[in-house]
Amino acid sequence: MTAPPTRTDPSSGEAEQDVGDDFGVYVHVPFCTHRCDYCAFATWTDRSHLIADYMACCRDQARALASGMPPVTSVFFGGGTPNLVAPSMLAAVLGELPLAPGAEITVECNPDLVTPAGMRSCSDMGVNRISLGVQSMVPHVLSSLGRQHDPFMVAAAIDAVWSTGIGLLNLDLIFGSPAESIADCERSLTAAIAYGPDHLSVYGLTPEPGTPLGDDPSRHPDDDDMADKYVIVDEMLERAGYEMYEISNWARPGAHCRHNLLYWNQGSYAGIGCAAHSHRDGRRFWSVRTPERYIGAIRSGSSVEAGSESLDPDERRLEALQLALRTSAGVPAEAVPDDVADLLMPAGDGRLRLTVRGRLLANEVAIRLHHSPHGAA
Amino acid sequence: MPNVPPEPDIRQDSGAPGSSGPGSIRNFSIIAHIDHGKSTLSDRILELTGAVKERSMRAQYLDSMDLERERGITIKAQNVRVGWRGHTLHLIDTPGHVDFGYEVSRSLAACEGVVLLVDAAQGIEAQTLANCYLALEADLAIVPVLNKIDLPAADPDLYASEIERVLGIDAGEVLAISAKTGDGVETLLDAIVERIPPPSGDPNHPLQALIFDSHFDQYRGVISSVRVMNGRLHTGDRLRFMHAGGVHLAEEVGVRVPAATPADELGPGEVGYLIAGIKDVAEARSGETVTSAVAPADAPLDGYDDPKPMVFCGLYPVDGDEYPELRDALAKLRLNDASVSFEPETSGALGFGFRCGFLGLLHMEIVRERLEREFDLSLIATAPSVAYRVRTSEGDDVEVDNPSELPPAAQVDEISEPMLNVSILTPSAYTGAVMDLCQSRRGSMSQMDYLSPERVELRYELPLAEVVTDFFDQLKSRTQGYASLDYDHAGYRAERLVRVDVLLNSEPVDAFSAICHRDAAYPYGKAITAKLAELIPRQLFDVPIQAAIGGRIIARETVKAKRKDVLSKCYGGDITRKRKLLERQKEGKKRMKAIGRVEVPNEAFVSALRLDQ
Repeated sequence: MTAPPTRTDPSSGEAEQDVGDDFGVYVHVPFCTHRCDYCAFATWTDRSHLIADYMACCRDQARALASGMPPVTSVFFGGGTPNLVAPSMLAAVLGELPLAPGAEITVECNPDLVTPAGMRSCSDMGVNRISLGVQSMVPHVLSSLGRQHDPFMVAAAIDAVWSTGIGLLNLDLIFGSPAESIADCERSLTAAIAYGPDHLSVYGLTPEPGTPLGDDPSRHPDDDDMADKYVIVDEMLERAGYEMYEISNWARPGAHCRHNLLYWNQGSYAGIGCAAHSHRDGRRFWSVRTPERYIGAIRSGSSVEAGSESLDPDERRLEALQLALRTSAGVPAEAVPDDVADLLMPAGDGRLRLTVRGRLLANEVAIRLHHSPHGAA
Repeated sequence: MPNVPPEPDIRQDSGAPGSSGPGSIRNFSIIAHIDHGKSTLSDRILELTGAVKERSMRAQYLDSMDLERERGITIKAQNVRVGWRGHTLHLIDTPGHVDFGYEVSRSLAACEGVVLLVDAAQGIEAQTLANCYLALEADLAIVPVLNKIDLPAADPDLYASEIERVLGIDAGEVLAISAKTGDGVETLLDAIVERIPPPSGDPNHPLQALIFDSHFDQYRGVISSVRVMNGRLHTGDRLRFMHAGGVHLAEEVGVRVPAATPADELGPGEVGYLIAGIKDVAEARSGETVTSAVAPADAPLDGYDDPKPMVFCGLYPVDGDEYPELRDALAKLRLNDASVSFEPETSGALGFGFRCGFLGLLHMEIVRERLEREFDLSLIATAPSVAYRVRTSEGDDVEVDNPSELPPAAQVDEISEPMLNVSILTPSAYTGAVMDLCQSRRGSMSQMDYLSPERVELRYELPLAEVVTDFFDQLKSRTQGYASLDYDHAGYRAERLVRVDVLLNSEPVDAFSAICHRDAAYPYGKAITAKLAELIPRQLFDVPIQAAIGGRIIARETVKAKRKDVLSKCYGGDITRKRKLLERQKEGKKRMKAIGRVEVPNEAFVSALRLDQ
């Protein structure tokens, strides 16, 4: 296995979680070869004939939006399966964006489809971060999730990433499947840590209505089991030198995902493609859900916006509280209701952050802090 | 319109009110079990006598309240005046449920005879039998009729001989009809004229008129159904209501043909309606005697009673802000139903509400449904309770209809509970099943009679509290719907009764307290704690749910602390979805009642209190 290359850190020693003037771009690639049983997101397995037109439209939308954008500090190609489309198509979109120096450019990849050539193309076009959808390193857990890859494919994919010199690697893991024992969960983590990624996103399995997993209660995770596993995940990652900076995200010091941080700090970002979300100055809006409607709208020059919301100050405060509570930076320490006091701990600078137990109950805490007579945040 | 031929008048003239001599009058009720065809027969009589033309027949004319139509039962008595071959017939409809036994007795008091209507495929039922005994006790003539002879399963001979055995009426006198096809109904009308005696009554005696039903009309005030016993009732008379004590002007007197038709007067034996500017039915209750304020009778008619509520529950608005609306709704409802009682009460768990009393479970359900439907309220009803008599250690007797008001065990000398004499008619194949049920409800058998080789009457003494839960449902399900039930109140009996309290997070919750027999306390405690553990969502801490008698815990469940309410991926920058989830969780808290630190969903009160259903 190739060793990880020397890290090129794009976030250049700024205050860890200050998103400042950062501006992100999310590009949605809604195509997959196979739909995972838990996935409720906008992606299709039968629309590969649309890929070329769709990606051209993304390029056109990027071009149209570029003039209104501040320097772009992060780009995230997500999906779907961005490595299902030709890297040149991603490059064409990227080429339209006014990138800031040292911008973080991430491509989300499905390990099944990662090739050394593909990774080289990514590296050549400026991609400096790869996020791999590993989900689990235990075969029977992977099949319980309806995933098609084997753990050995993950090893090959990681090798391919390292060989191109792309320095930042995230592994996505999912825990909580009823098929996954505590030992399976630990095994997965141990294996993932052993690859030496600088970032791990570890998500609890969420049954979404309308998905094969969501519609089968026997496959639903158990909350207590999830809580047990989460505590184990956090311990193992902390021990291995990763810091939790958001409920589901751990990174080596300095390797936080800059794009991810925008989400949790009410930062600004533009969405490109169908079903992509954007946020500018308190206004959140999102595009039409299907690639057909998206292509139609771009070609006819009409708006791709499907919906929006502008939060009133109170809603915006609650949102800020909810999001900031998820992060290690926490919220300003103010009156804390008794019943959640033991779910919070000091975070320095007169701030409070959630304990491990508290992170699992972040919404309860947010509601109670928002309700408390003096109001936090 | 001279060119239009007049419609043929098929009406059998009933004579002008006031002028019909008592000799030409027949007053009767139809006694029947639910579904045995009373409404259909009433409709057919209206049609045959020409009171209602066929094309304007509204099916089941007499059951006019929506709820009555839906449940297929009569709650409020109605009456109609029809003519038949030179006679005036007053058909007086009676309530068809055991909860309304007093109303039945008052309706019967307005009659000289009854038509006993029995389904020719099913035979006589307990309720019918009970009402028939009431009629016999009141010396009324009985015209027995088997209905639905058009049905293939009809067996008129079998059930005619059953009637002979049970009631001692010669099987040869039993008429056979089909109210549906009209077959035999004319013969029945003739039999009513022949077999039911005309009313007696002295026109020169001071006025005595019996009120056998009253309802409130928002335009006219209280409209009462009356039967003149003696004397004459004129529009414009000043009337004294002898029990309530009020004096009112007879604004309008009239008859229903079936449309309300004003008349100058009603003479002895006549049945009609009276409007006297009264705003509250409590001023003109069933059983009231109306007399002249100028020349009053010496005494009221016999049989007045003030029916006492038998079943109680707390009614609380789901939304505490709706308390004033609930109060107004109850006040309005009571204008129409004087048998509902209510007084304010406060529950630590449910806030402000009312302790309400009802004639029975059906009555309770009907009132609750009307409050929700007609007044657009959303209500929580606590478990039905009966009124217990408690002798305190100081020797005082107190009545307790709310378990949470039972004095502490140390201050209680004895608790007595109301008892019923219950009569159950069942096909003999189900005798064992019925006996099991009665035994499990602390019943003691007093009598068992075979009405025929196939049918048995079982008589039990049972605690009212055991009957008001789900006894009737259980009886029906254990006998595939064949058994029928009737009951009489049978005083109080001292029993080993205890109050089971429920503690949430160590705090007692009054709304869940129940009084039950000591032997049933443990299963009840297990059941309610288990049910609550199912209904109460996990909180931020472990919530013990305990059932206790006095200070002693008899059952315990724990709702384990919630450990996780969050943890999911942020797809494509979709923060909105996360915020909406949070807002939903926040909204969810509004539908909870905080009991101490525990958040209890409103549904938990409704569902937990329906433990037995």
